[in-house]
Amino acid sequence: MSKPVFVITEQRDGVFIKVTYEVVSEGRRIADQLQTELITITLCSEVLDIAEQLGNYGADKVLVAESDIFINYTAEGYTKVITDIVRQIDPVGILLPATAIDKDLAPRVAAKLDIGLATDCIRLLISENGKIIACRPMYAGKIIADYEFDSIPQMVSLRSNIFFANEPDPSKSAIVEKINLTISSSDLKTVVKKIVTTTAAKMDLTEADIIVSGGRGMKCPENYKILEELAELLGGVVGASRAAVDAGWRPHSDQIGQTGKTVSPKLYIACGISGAIQHLAGIRSSKCIVAINKDATAPIFEKADYGIVGDLFEVIPQLTEELKKVIEK
Amino acid sequence: MKENKGKGNVTVLSVGPERATEAIREALAMGADEAILIKTEEDYIDSLATAKALVEILKEMEYDLILFGKQAVDDDNLQVGPMVAELLDLPCITFVTELSLQDGKAIAKREIERKTEIVETLLPSIFTTEKGLNKPRYPSLSNIMRAERKTIQRKQISIYRPKTKIINMNYPHSQSVGKIMSECPDAISELVKLLREEAKVI
Repeated sequence: MSKPVFVITEQRDGVFIKVTYEVVSEGRRIADQLQTELITITLCSEVLDIAEQLGNYGADKVLVAESDIFINYTAEGYTKVITDIVRQIDPVGILLPATAIDKDLAPRVAAKLDIGLATDCIRLLISENGKIIACRPMYAGKIIADYEFDSIPQMVSLRSNIFFANEPDPSKSAIVEKINLTISSSDLKTVVKKIVTTTAAKMDLTEADIIVSGGRGMKCPENYKILEELAELLGGVVGASRAAVDAGWRPHSDQIGQTGKTVSPKLYIACGISGAIQHLAGIRSSKCIVAINKDATAPIFEKADYGIVGDLFEVIPQLTEELKKVIEK
Repeated sequence: MKENKGKGNVTVLSVGPERATEAIREALAMGADEAILIKTEEDYIDSLATAKALVEILKEMEYDLILFGKQAVDDDNLQVGPMVAELLDLPCITFVTELSLQDGKAIAKREIERKTEIVETLLPSIFTTEKGLNKPRYPSLSNIMRAERKTIQRKQISIYRPKTKIINMNYPHSQSVGKIMSECPDAISELVKLLREEAKVI
C-alpha cells in the first residue's frame, strides 16, 4: 500500500475555515496523481459532525481528535497529537493551510519529525519520480521559487484563496475514525487566558474575495467610510496599506503587504495607494487589481489590470453609484 | 525588558557569513551586551538547518527569553523561531505584539486572524515578534562607537544538510499592460463594464 497524503484541517469555533476545503481538494488532486489515499485530521473540543463532510471533498479517511485541551490552539497540544499520528500513518506528504495557527504549528511539526517544510505555497507539482515540488514566492514576491524535498514526508502549507475547493459531492464519503489521546492539559506549558475579537469584519482579509483598500491618499480615518460603503455593496472587506496603519488610521490587522497580510481576492481595489514593492508583495495573487490614484506615475498602475488616474474622493462615490445600478438589475 | 527589571544580559545571535556582523553591530549599538556569530559560508541553508545551528549554541547557554523576528527578508519563511522551540522543547509564542514578565511567567498578546489572544507561558520561552511590539530604538553615536569596540564571538559548526532545496526560480507571470484611464464620467461606467464583462469579477 503506497503512503497516503495527509491533510491537517483547521476549524474555528466548530466551523471549517474556507481554506480547509481548498487544502483538502488539493490533497485529493495530489493523492490522485500519486494513486494513493487521502487522510485528514481534525482537532476539536467537541463532537464535530462537519468532519465527515470532508469525504464529500475527496477525503478517504477522516481522523478526529476530540478533547477539552483543544478548546484553544496550543502549539504543544497540536504538535504532539499530529506528530504521533504522522508516525503511525507514514504519509508521503503533509498539507495544511498557511494561516497564523499553521505558521506556528507547521515548523514545530517539521522540526520534531526532522522533515522539509515549504510554507505559503501557491502551487504544487509532482515530479517524474513522484516527488512533490512546492512553488512559493520569495523576496517579497518578486520571484517564485520551486522547492524539492530531501525527506519523506514532504510538508507544505498552502496560501488561502489560491487553490480551488471541489464542489462537495454527497455521493462520496469517508471513513471516520476517532483518535485515542494520550495528552492532558498538565502536559501544556502555555495557557490561553483570553481571546478578544478585534474586528467586526465578517471574514478575514486572507479569505476575502473582494477587498477595497486605502492608503496614504485617504488622508484621514474618517474618509474610510466611502471605502466601507463600496465594500459593503460588493460584499467585500476593507484593507489598508502600511502608511495608513503607521498613521494610526486603521488597525494592524487590516494591513496588507509584506509585513501585513497576503491576500488573494478575485478583485482588489487600491485607493490612494502608491504601490510600494512591499505592498505589492501582499497582493500579487489577486485575480484582478484596480487602482485609483491621482498620481499617474504611481507604481501601482504598472501592476493594475485597470485603473483610473483621478481624485479618489470623486471616483469612489461615483463608482459606488454606478455599481449600485448594475447590481440592482 | 532588561531596563524594566534593572538587571539582565542581552546576547544577540546570528547564523550567516562574515558580513552578518554588520547587522550584529547594529544590534549591539541598540543595547545588546554580547554577540555571537555562527559562521557559515554555505550558499543555501534552509530554516531547519538554521534552527539546528542555533540550537547547537543555545543548548550550552542559559536564558529566560529567546526572541526572534517574524520573517527573513529573503525567503519570507517564518519558520526558525518555532523550530528552535521544538528542538529545545520550549514553548513558543508567535506574532507577539505585547510582552510582559510576572513571577517567572510571561504574558503575551498575539495577533491571529481577526482575534487577539492573551497567552501566559512559563519561562524559559521563545517569542517571535510582530509589528507593533515596540519602536526600535535609534542608537546614539556613542552607542555605535561602543558597539564597534565590543567583541563578536565567532563559532564554527558544521551545518546540517538542508531538507529542502530550491531547484528553480522564475519571475511571476508577467502580465499585459493594464487599461488605465483618466478621470471623466465615461471612465467610471467603462470600468464597471470591464469588471463585469471582461474580468467577470462582479
